[in-house]
Amino acid sequence: MAIFTGLREKPWLSQTPDLASAANNSATRNPGKTALKFFLAVVSMLFFLFIITFLSRTQFADFQALTGKPWLPLENSTQLWINTGYILLASVCFQISSAFKQVNYPTKLLMITLAIVFSVLFVFGQLGVWQTLAADGYLINTNPANSFFYLLTGLHVIHLLGGVLALLRLLFRLALTTNHQQFDANLKLVTFYWHYLIIVWLVLFALLTSSTETFKTIAQLCGF
Amino acid sequence: MTHIAIAEQLDDSHEPGGFVTKYIWSQDHKVIAIQYAITAIFVGLIALVLSAIMRLQLGFPDSFSFIDPSSYLQFVTMHGMIMVIYLLTALLLGGFGNYLIPLMIGARDMVFPYLNMLSYWTYLLSVIVLICSFFVTGGPTGAGWTLYPPQAILQGTPGADKGIILMLVSLAIFIVAFTMGGLNYVTTIFQARAKGMTLMRMPLTLWGILTATILGLLAFPALLVSAIMMLFDMLLATSFFMPAIVSLGDNLAYTGGSPILFQHLFWFFGHPEVYIVALPAFGMVSDVIATHARKNIFGYRMMVWAIVAIGGLSFVVWAHHMYVSGMNPYFGFFFATTTLIIAIPTALKVYNWVLTLWRGNIHLTVPMLFAIGFIFTFTHGGLTGLWLGNVVVDLPLSDTYFVVAHFHMVMGVSPVMVLFAAIYHWYPKITGRYFHQGMGKFHFWLTFLGTYAIYLPMHYLGFLGVPRRYFAIGDSNFIPDSAQTLNASITVSAIIVGIVQLIFIYNVIWSLKYGKKAPANPWGATSLEWQTPDTPPKHGNWGAKLPVVHRWAYDFSVPGAESDFIPQNMTDSEVTWVSGQPPQDREKT
Repeated sequence: MAIFTGLREKPWLSQTPDLASAANNSATRNPGKTALKFFLAVVSMLFFLFIITFLSRTQFADFQALTGKPWLPLENSTQLWINTGYILLASVCFQISSAFKQVNYPTKLLMITLAIVFSVLFVFGQLGVWQTLAADGYLINTNPANSFFYLLTGLHVIHLLGGVLALLRLLFRLALTTNHQQFDANLKLVTFYWHYLIIVWLVLFALLTSSTETFKTIAQLCGF
Repeated sequence: MTHIAIAEQLDDSHEPGGFVTKYIWSQDHKVIAIQYAITAIFVGLIALVLSAIMRLQLGFPDSFSFIDPSSYLQFVTMHGMIMVIYLLTALLLGGFGNYLIPLMIGARDMVFPYLNMLSYWTYLLSVIVLICSFFVTGGPTGAGWTLYPPQAILQGTPGADKGIILMLVSLAIFIVAFTMGGLNYVTTIFQARAKGMTLMRMPLTLWGILTATILGLLAFPALLVSAIMMLFDMLLATSFFMPAIVSLGDNLAYTGGSPILFQHLFWFFGHPEVYIVALPAFGMVSDVIATHARKNIFGYRMMVWAIVAIGGLSFVVWAHHMYVSGMNPYFGFFFATTTLIIAIPTALKVYNWVLTLWRGNIHLTVPMLFAIGFIFTFTHGGLTGLWLGNVVVDLPLSDTYFVVAHFHMVMGVSPVMVLFAAIYHWYPKITGRYFHQGMGKFHFWLTFLGTYAIYLPMHYLGFLGVPRRYFAIGDSNFIPDSAQTLNASITVSAIIVGIVQLIFIYNVIWSLKYGKKAPANPWGATSLEWQTPDTPPKHGNWGAKLPVVHRWAYDFSVPGAESDFIPQNMTDSEVTWVSGQPPQDREKT
């Protein structure tokens, strides 16, 4: 780890500064990437804390998981799987648009458009799940499991929509300039963000559709 | 793209044009810093007035008809929240972070100037929302700055209708603002340092700001999580934190939520917050002490490591705020141990400041007076922290004035002493003029002695068992009447100290126009911000060419050098040596 080597430096010693090496420390980085990494650390912290709170709350007497019994709503999670497919497809489209150099610009833009469409489908799919739950009487305040379901999926959707907004801004700026290099670099970051959102979604998906017994085991492992 | 290339870019896109782009919608880090500072000081003054009103009630109970128990609790709450978040965090990171980061690393601006501007305006919005809560029905929340549920959102607590909503929304907005600013600070430090500026050549101020920003980025989400969930509990009747409860004879709709969960989340933010405020202060005071003692900072590497270690440890001590909430005894043992461990790097820093002063060429300038004052107040507050970190000592002292005295000394007075030191220290660079020395010294002595007159007796009140947060002590068997006399004297001191701050404000404004013109580097400092071609620095900071860094930030009183300081951007061959050439043994040291 370069940072630990750096922390051992003795800056008070009189030395001819190796300017080149000092410069090379971050030769391959760009600010967007650094900022994104820190931003994802913040978002991870946010979801981590929500998840810890959720796991702790599962151990209270009034908590009723949404799966585990045949009559519980998420026992049939087909719609959630379809939504997972949408977000995966969105990510694949981003990957194609940003990873391959030989992809020409019209294809690239097509892939980005498809990715946005799939992302919007994901959002509508999630809203559909909300509507089904609400129609079946699983309202946000009837049980903490429901509250967490709406809260966590909602938060995830907000992050996805934030990503879409950032992407639209990029496309808008692309229309104004001819600087494709900057756009390509930023597109890589957007792709990375979408992959990250998939991971968050998969974790949430697994947690929110776990049964009471699973929660009990996790809680015991965590020492709650 | 290398970071050098980024730093070298002369980005004209946000070159200020007219008055509006120069002073209002500005993307220049220096203007944004000043906007942050003015806003923070403005709300800080509101909080100062609130504390004076509280003290009037405590010192002279029932003498003022405009203070009733409800409004007293509201003043306590707003005073605490404003001081910790909207003043200290904003001024230290938004104000000094913004001003100093690009200048100290030798960059032209932050790497994302637009985001930086957005950060300030979002912060301003959070302040406006907060202030609005004074004007809604029921007034601001009176739940205490910790906002513990269930009482924070239950009828009977002042401001439980609208005040608490505005408070939570304002906090959420503040966190968004901080995240935008914080990402900018961290990215700028990692990506836009001038040629030759390795991390270990950075002044300690930057290490403090960097670590505090990372702490903030990782800790504020906990506050956001708790704010969101409490808003849900309040507005959508969920039961994240709200237990099954009977309020005013009614069974409320809540089922078994956990208020303790909120406390864990809150303090997982709340404890790092102490260091979000303290670490930039540690950094800045180190630079002020080294500069005004004309001596390199003692143990630079240890100082850096201590900052990083304190930052890491600050995430594993939070539950020491919750000993009285009830917890597994092993938990208490764990958190007491980590709390005591954090004293090691902290004490190391205090020793190093004192050792920097030892045999230094101490100039008792106003910034230095405040810096030395800080060493006193911080040691004092830190030591009482060691007491309270132990479970058995904390239990009887918890919720008494001893705690109030402790945290005011350690995270109220101490960072404020550094803020004053920093404002006086960097004032000539920011404005191009000296402040008035006499007024500054008067301000220091009355503030320093005054804070002792306020907080020292509070420790004693705490020992007596006088509870904090109470509107009036009333009659009790264990509190002697003399406690009331002491309270009156504390109030008088507090009012005097409060009024003295007006002298500071007057000094800052008066000196802008009438202060003596200051040269570019009046203190003989080594770090880059003092080496700018213009004072105050112009947009872009460095004129045509960026500085190149050749040494660390603490080359004071170097043996053999004619001047008692060597700026960071000076090569060995540019230095005037007494013997005409660098001493032979210099290469070997």
